[in-house]
Amino acid sequence: MTGYLLRRLAFLVVSLVLASIVLFVLLRMLPGDPANALTSVGASPEQIAAARHSIGSDRPLPEQFTHWIGQLATGDLGTSFVSSLPVGPEVVQRLSVTVPLTLSAFVLAVLIAVPAGFVAAHKRRTWYGALLSGVSQLGIAVPVFWLGMILVVVFALNAGWLPSGGFPQDGWSDPAQAIRSLVLPVVTIALVMSASLIRYVRSATLDVLDSDYLRTSRALGSSFGQAMWRHGLRNASVPVISILGIELASTLLGAVVVESVFALPGLGSLLATGIAQHDYPVIQGVLFVSTLAVLLIGFAADLVQRAIDPRLRGRLSGGAR
Amino acid sequence: MKRSATLWTGCVLAGLIALVALVSLFWLPYDASDTSGTRLAGPGGSHLLGTDKLGRDLLTQLMTGSRIALAAGLGSVAIAALVGITLGLVAAFAQGWFDDTVSAFLDILIAFPTLLLAMLIVSARSATLTSAIIAIGLAQSAIVARLTRILVKRVLAQDYITASRTSGTSWPRIVGAHVLPNIWPTLAVNLALQFGLAVLAEASLSYLGLGAPPPNASWGRMLQEAQATFTTAPAGALAPGILLVLLVIGVNLVADGLRDTLDPARRRRTTA
Repeated sequence: MTGYLLRRLAFLVVSLVLASIVLFVLLRMLPGDPANALTSVGASPEQIAAARHSIGSDRPLPEQFTHWIGQLATGDLGTSFVSSLPVGPEVVQRLSVTVPLTLSAFVLAVLIAVPAGFVAAHKRRTWYGALLSGVSQLGIAVPVFWLGMILVVVFALNAGWLPSGGFPQDGWSDPAQAIRSLVLPVVTIALVMSASLIRYVRSATLDVLDSDYLRTSRALGSSFGQAMWRHGLRNASVPVISILGIELASTLLGAVVVESVFALPGLGSLLATGIAQHDYPVIQGVLFVSTLAVLLIGFAADLVQRAIDPRLRGRLSGGAR
Repeated sequence: MKRSATLWTGCVLAGLIALVALVSLFWLPYDASDTSGTRLAGPGGSHLLGTDKLGRDLLTQLMTGSRIALAAGLGSVAIAALVGITLGLVAAFAQGWFDDTVSAFLDILIAFPTLLLAMLIVSARSATLTSAIIAIGLAQSAIVARLTRILVKRVLAQDYITASRTSGTSWPRIVGAHVLPNIWPTLAVNLALQFGLAVLAEASLSYLGLGAPPPNASWGRMLQEAQATFTTAPAGALAPGILLVLLVIGVNLVADGLRDTLDPARRRRTTA
């Protein structure tokens, strides 16, 4: 186990280094000099050169890269070209919105999807089993921002129960207010996420229900519940966990559209602003932090899968998909 | 019987949208840039579905929007198929370090949401429909490449490939005669699913202002523009969303129907 952990950790570090190289190169391929963000229209060539020098974009790329990595190693994400504020604290502040938003949506989605997916598979011959499959089919076709708009109209504008958007200026100092502004975004993400999760859970459950080991267990006298509990649950959860990892990672950044519907100051909207303003340090910082999160989630998912399924223990990376 | 019903329903739904797009090429109720109508008029009267906040006819906008939605789906999937299948084939055949590098790279790329990669690529170019299509297509090609690689490797491990190879068949012939016929059913189903995802991704990009610029009527941008007037003029905020859902459900049903028809092992499941 220790050997595996070390190898898997090495894989994590190598992926992170590779990803940051890709990130850096991709961003340098964007047209337009970042110095343009610093100078006014019609600036003289000398002024532009001075601006380029001040942010270091006149130095060779490898040097810029090592400089950036060196900063990262000390936990410094750089300084925004546009606001001249350090990126790190800004990212941390945005995470205080995005992390609770993503995690609660994720937990809610799992709470909806696991029982619903199981019922959709186990009771697929009943009307409500079919209904569940149908609803999930509908759910994956609904654009997430449109669902958000509809929820705002129903629960904020008409019923007046919840705010239609925004987040308290002073963040979490008034927890009740902060939670109230996150309810609708959380429900929006959770509903769309659970629609696709239901399909995965349903398909994983069907594989188990069709399996020989479950039939054998039943033939040996276990009740359906016992057989499911002893053999079904473990087997069905392995593929579902790898999907959960991917879904969690993609929601972390995919929340950008929902953050836009509800005017939330999250990580996604920081990235969107950064992209619009060609603010390299912001884009780089946000993407680096997200990459780290994505890789850590994958790492955790692999460990959990191996803990559940001994058959995966011979392999380095356990992605079932 | 139910199998063909799924496929059939999907074809009808997607076909309806395609028909609307086709009709819009030859006939529209109003000119797309005609702003002569009363602003935010309700359904009925001279404008069947009403008008938007600039006085443009909603039905006209919806009809031209169907072209953008279909173009986004077809264009992205074409790029994803071309780039993804080629890359997946090459990686599967190359093996060794090249294969390892490509698959590690794809794993990292896939961890990122399609929409995010698309936003990056769109911001590197300008916000146009072409940028959006290229961006979504490239982001999706990572998924297609990984699937192709896995499928091809599975086929290449079969004994009949070794037999065919020993009897002197060239690799290109093996691809044509054994690999592609074996992998296309799974690929076709996945590409149909990618079509729906591409339509949704284009709508999201347009909603964020990163898709086709005005006066092109993308359903996503129509929704964004109608958001502020949802309660006073609900038609404009509902109709584009409903059409998006119909198109995506249609394409997904086609994918499900194809899977059930092409893969006998799954038949007994869905015919419950």
